Order: sequence, then C-alpha cells, then structure tokens
Amino acid sequence: MSLLWVVLAVLVGILVWLYNSLVWLRNQVKNAWAQIDVQLKRRHDLIPNLVEAVKGYLQHEREVLQRVTEARTRAMTASGAAQAGAAEGRLSQAVAGLMAVMERYPDLKANQNVLVLQEELVSTENRIGFARQLYNDMVARYNTRQQVFPLNLVATGLGFQPAEFFQMDAAERAVPRVDLGAR
Amino acid sequence: MAAAQPVHAGSKTPRNLFAEQAANRRTTWVLIGGFVLFLAFLGFGFDLFVFGYDAARTVRRGQTPIPVAALLATAVGGVSAFFGYRFGDRAVLASSQARPVRLDDPNARVLVNVVTEMAIASGLPMPKVYVLDEPDPNAFATGRDPEHASIAVTTGLLMAMNRDELQGVIAHEMSHIRNYDIRTMTVVAALLGAVLLLSDWARNVRLRGRSDDDDRSPISGPVAVVVFVVWLLAIILAPIVGQLLATAVSRSREYLADASGAELTRNPIGLANALRKLAAATAPTRRVARGSAHLCITDPLERAVNEREGAFADLLATHPPIQERIARLEAMAYQA
Repeated sequence: MSLLWVVLAVLVGILVWLYNSLVWLRNQVKNAWAQIDVQLKRRHDLIPNLVEAVKGYLQHEREVLQRVTEARTRAMTASGAAQAGAAEGRLSQAVAGLMAVMERYPDLKANQNVLVLQEELVSTENRIGFARQLYNDMVARYNTRQQVFPLNLVATGLGFQPAEFFQMDAAERAVPRVDLGAR
Repeated sequence: MAAAQPVHAGSKTPRNLFAEQAANRRTTWVLIGGFVLFLAFLGFGFDLFVFGYDAARTVRRGQTPIPVAALLATAVGGVSAFFGYRFGDRAVLASSQARPVRLDDPNARVLVNVVTEMAIASGLPMPKVYVLDEPDPNAFATGRDPEHASIAVTTGLLMAMNRDELQGVIAHEMSHIRNYDIRTMTVVAALLGAVLLLSDWARNVRLRGRSDDDDRSPISGPVAVVVFVVWLLAIILAPIVGQLLATAVSRSREYLADASGAELTRNPIGLANALRKLAAATAPTRRVARGSAHLCITDPLERAVNEREGAFADLLATHPPIQERIARLEAMAYQA
C-alpha cells in the first residue's frame, strides 16, 4: 500500500517538473523574442547616425543612403509580425549594401566616428542574427517538449501551443555576409 | 571519484547541453565530497599515528573521544571549498592582475561588443569583462554560475585576433560558463590548494613525531600496518593524485567547449583559426599562475606535453592537443 503511494508521489513529481519545464521554456521563447526587438530598436537608432556621418563622403551614393533611410522608416512603421519581418529583412539588405559601398571609400577608414558607428552596426547586425538563432533554438526545444511523451497527451489541454519559428525570407538569405571585421 | 573520469579523446558522442550541465554539477559535488573525505582520512591518520588517538581508552577515562586532526582537516577542506566556490573567481582575477573593462570603454569596444553578442547567442546574462596587460594571447573564464561569471582576455589576444577569431574564443569561454565548467574548475583549484597545504604540513610533522616517540600508536596488528601504509601513501601521493584529478576534469571539458562554442557562432572556422594563432604564439602567459592553467583556452605554460596524444600525455596535460582540436572544428565546418 505504502509502495503505491510512493510510486504515485514520484509520478506526480515528474509531471509537475515537466509542466514547470514547459512554462520555463515558454518564458524563454518570449524573452528571446523580446531580445530580438531590443536589437532591432538598436539598429533603428543607429542608422540615422551612421547615415549622417558618411553622407559627406558618399556624395555619389545617394541612392544607397536613401534606400537605407527608407527601409528604416518602413521597418519602424510596419504593423503586424509578418509585415515587420519582411520590412526588417529589406532593411538588413539595405544595410549590407551600404556596408559594401563603404568598403570602396578608403577615406572613411580615417574617420574615427565612422569606424565606431560601423563597428556598432556590425555588432548590431550580429546581435540580431544571434538573437534570432537563440529564439529558434528555444522554439525548437519548446515545441519538441510538447510533442514528446507524456506531455503530448496534455500540452494542448493545458493551454500550450507550439511557437512559430522565425524564418528569413528568400531575398534576405541570398545576401552574402559582409565581413568588416578584418583589420 | 568515478565521475571525474575524463571523456577520452577518441569519444565523439554528442551529449545535449542540459545533460552536460547536470553531469558537471554532479561532478562538482562528487569531487568536493571526495576531496573532503580524502582530507578527513589524512587527518584521521594523524590522530591515530601521531597523537595516539584511542577512542576506547578515552571513553574509559570518561572523556569524549575527539579526533582533533581529522576534524581540523575536514574543516580546512570545507572552508577552502566554500571560499573557492564563493571567491575563487576574485582570487584568480586578482592573482593575474586582470583589470575590469567598463562597458563604455572606447578602447575595448570590439571586445565588449563581441562578448555581448555571445551573451545574446547563449541566452546568458552579460559576464564581467577583464583585460590582462600581457603580450601572449590567451583567455579564460571564471566564476560560480552564469550570473556571477567573468571573462578575461590578454591584450595580446586582442592584438592578434580578427573579429571572427575573437568571437570564436569568446564563444568557447561562454560555453565554459554555460556548461558550469567555471564552477567545477574553480572549486577544483581551491581544493587542490587545500590538499597540497595539508599534505605538506602532515609530512613535516610526521617526521618529527616518529623521531620523538615511536610506540605511541595504540592500534596494532596487520590492520594497523595496512592503514598506516595507506595513510603514508596518501600523504606522499596527495599532490600528484590531486593534480591528476584536476587535469582530467579540465581536459575533458575543452572539446565540449570548442563544440558548443561553434554551435553559438555557427562558424567553427573562426575558433579553428584562433587556435592556430594561439598555437603559433610561443611566449608563456606569465601572469597566469600555475594553479589557474586549466582555466585558460590554451595552456598558458606552453608545456610540450599538451601537444601529444597518448596515455601519458593524457594524464599530465590540462588541455588536449591543439592540432586535434583544430581538426575537429574543421570537420564540423564541412558537415555544416
């Protein structure tokens, strides 16, 4: 009889632990998503400064600068996750284009202010990428935990839903990575 | 202390991160327990053979038998384990004269950015960042958990590495933090110190005790002889055994940190190139004390033994051979 109680207690303990792990993962997914937003905001804040700093050097590249500024405005005003995602994707492309153009102007390398802003932007692009990577890793774990036994039996009933992966659209994926880190 | 068994260089079974963390926490506790028991044993032998501890006789006299040396040794072990756990990181940073980097320091902008990126990639809080004024490129991480962690790099590392390589190195250190290697290694270092201290001390006093008065030992017969021999061996071998344990734990963590570092950057080549540069650097990292060697990304003492494969090298080296580490990282890049 007492053995039965012990077995029961252990089972309940395992279930509680599994349930808590799902809650924990759900929060991790939310945090990871919020972190992406933080970094996107950082990019929005940085871009005007960089554009301002390089404008004088890039007289003949107005188009590139304009594309970045416009893409930023559209990304900031976009509503809804899908639209925002697409707009941020185009902004990434525009920024990568600007970075590539900047490589062609050796004068820029002498400007300390530009170098600092460039490093900040490179880092921000990386942070956005790593934040998305973490988000997807967390989503994968969260969804897997829901799909394996025994939580697959109760996850939906307890109000857990699979989270959505962040997917880069094809256009953004085609942009080659620009390495500005070489010294 | 079976849990301290090194994962041999040949085994390539990937274990998931949570299993690694759990295994590492277990290893820490088993190691602490083992070290403390070992210290208690050293102390108790002292009570028996030097102080003439005899529980039965003391009780007959109406007194409580207190094995003073055993209690003292255990206390020293417990206290140093606690201090190692709690303050070990500060001791290591202070002894290497690492200076903290302010997050808005313009000279360390790239370093701080790269650490921030890796903190985001791993989902951990931002560790404290330190720099060592030292021309030899090297890096280490220390602390008791991800919330209290520090990463230190030498100025030589900052000079030698490009952004991708620096990212690889920081990712490696961040993995040590995430896998709780930093806690294991800091506690191991503190306990090793305690064992060395006590065995040194025991050896000196023992010699004097024997010349004074040789027939004090209250127990006799074959059991006493065996216990005595084991105790003597323990005292003589303590420094070696402790060192072997520490290096075994450390070596097994390096491949894992390389692999999970590559998982963070998704760019194993960055770390591989960094390791190649580290291997080419010849000057020893002077500011890193011998006791903290196992914390670094490559052996700061540049001992030749780290570059060899084989049973003997496996016993003595704190790090696996760099060429083997590079080969594994490059193999990862081809799979990706």
